[in-house]
Amino acid sequence: MLKQAIENLGNRTIQGVWRIGFASRFFLAMLLHSGTAFRRFGLTIRELYFTGVLSLIIILVSGLFVGMVLGLQGYETLQRFGSESALGTLVALSLVRELGPVLAGLLFASRAGSAITAEIGLMKATEQLSAMEMMAVDPIARVVAPRFWAGVISMPLLAALFSGMGIFGGYLVGVKLIGVDEGTFWSQMQSSVDFQQDIINGVIKSVVFGVAVTTIALFEGYDAPPTAEGVSGATTRTVVTSSLAVLALDFVLTAFMFRGLN
Amino acid sequence: MQNDNLVEIEQLAFGYGARSILTNINLTAKRGQVVAIMGSSGCGKTTLLRLIGGQLKPSQGVVRVAGETVGELDQAGLYRLRRKMGMLFQFGALFTDMSVFDNVAFQLREHTDLPEDAIHDLVLMKLHAVGLRGAAQLMPAELSGGMARRVALARAIALEPMLVMYDEPFAGLDPISLGVTGNLIRRLTDTLGLTSIVVTHDVHESLKIVDYIYFISDGVIVAEGTADEMRASGLPYVHQFVHGEADGPVPFHYPAPSYADDLKLGGRGA
Repeated sequence: MLKQAIENLGNRTIQGVWRIGFASRFFLAMLLHSGTAFRRFGLTIRELYFTGVLSLIIILVSGLFVGMVLGLQGYETLQRFGSESALGTLVALSLVRELGPVLAGLLFASRAGSAITAEIGLMKATEQLSAMEMMAVDPIARVVAPRFWAGVISMPLLAALFSGMGIFGGYLVGVKLIGVDEGTFWSQMQSSVDFQQDIINGVIKSVVFGVAVTTIALFEGYDAPPTAEGVSGATTRTVVTSSLAVLALDFVLTAFMFRGLN
Repeated sequence: MQNDNLVEIEQLAFGYGARSILTNINLTAKRGQVVAIMGSSGCGKTTLLRLIGGQLKPSQGVVRVAGETVGELDQAGLYRLRRKMGMLFQFGALFTDMSVFDNVAFQLREHTDLPEDAIHDLVLMKLHAVGLRGAAQLMPAELSGGMARRVALARAIALEPMLVMYDEPFAGLDPISLGVTGNLIRRLTDTLGLTSIVVTHDVHESLKIVDYIYFISDGVIVAEGTADEMRASGLPYVHQFVHGEADGPVPFHYPAPSYADDLKLGGRGA
């Protein structure tokens, strides 16, 4: 009984290490074969449409609502201390530093990541990737790399749009609905958001999330067993793993970026 | 002098880990021939095609295509060789996000610098050869199984390969599509000067069109010869296969413990 349990544990560990190794090799191969994604940028643009443009609706609507909630809750708390003039700062900083990249990353994982995994997994299950290989076309270069770069490019743009929409939502609730002074709202925001510390760090975060989510999605699809359960399992794993990766990476990046910041 | 054999396989063995799939396979395909590899499902036929295409490497022995040893080529060499090979997958494996036209044009666009006008003409010629010029603008999802197979065939011959491999080209086709596909394989082989290797378990259709047949059972070649030789063969396995008998050297039952034991009839009597 105990022996069996130890054996299982060992087996799982070995398999886990194998998978990490395989994923690392996959990531390297993807980077090495990225030439095509840039030489024939049309391929990447097509994927930008599928991962980026088609994610716009969910990103914009969620951004708006998150901003509106921030406006309500922020005002609620700030007015207790008589500092409702800081509402603009609160909304902008929380969005640009944290909520924009993180929530956009989570939404991106479930909207675009799952689609990528399912698509690649099904291409594998229906032997399309094999057929491509037999036609002397490398699927990593032709199928995987353009999707990777499309994800890496669209993620920061989506995060920026999310933050922009969120600030607009905060403005709608804070200024138009509750009646915080418009001039104070914007000028407080302008004076307290630092380009280097806040905006650039937020962009760096979203690029890192883009790399992580897209790599996980592509790898899960490429590694999926070529069956219906295989592809559905891989899609689920993509959403779970990449969401956890976004949250964990966010903590690590925040710890490095905003340490000792006032 | 050019070697008459396009594909030569010598002493080939292949297995996953300890599980052996193919052992001691010797097989040749002469230029211009249609060669069939037959055997019951799961006997390693498709594996053999993947070994010829270089998607798998043999554990022992050599596979030579046009004089090049497939297992020893690097990726660039392998891709160079594969441009001269076409492969028809079991269910076509068409790219579902592209139209029929774009599927057939895929290799021309990837591997040549031909202007779009020339690609247009070439693609329509290939589609015409398989009788589907009128379907050029359809998407793969709109095609029947037989049509998808024919589009995949047009795609496989787009770069005018010297070798085309067919993985179960007859599986799941109605009798008309079956005849159409069989005739196409023979006609394209003759008119384009190809060599064809057909993996199949459809005896009747393939005996009509092939020049030479290999029978594989449990990973070894058990019989080989021309279609007539196979029809007349006295070997029990070939006889069972050609005449479609349920029981024979290939048992009806999957290996299992004794029936009585499984039903727990053992301990009761005595």
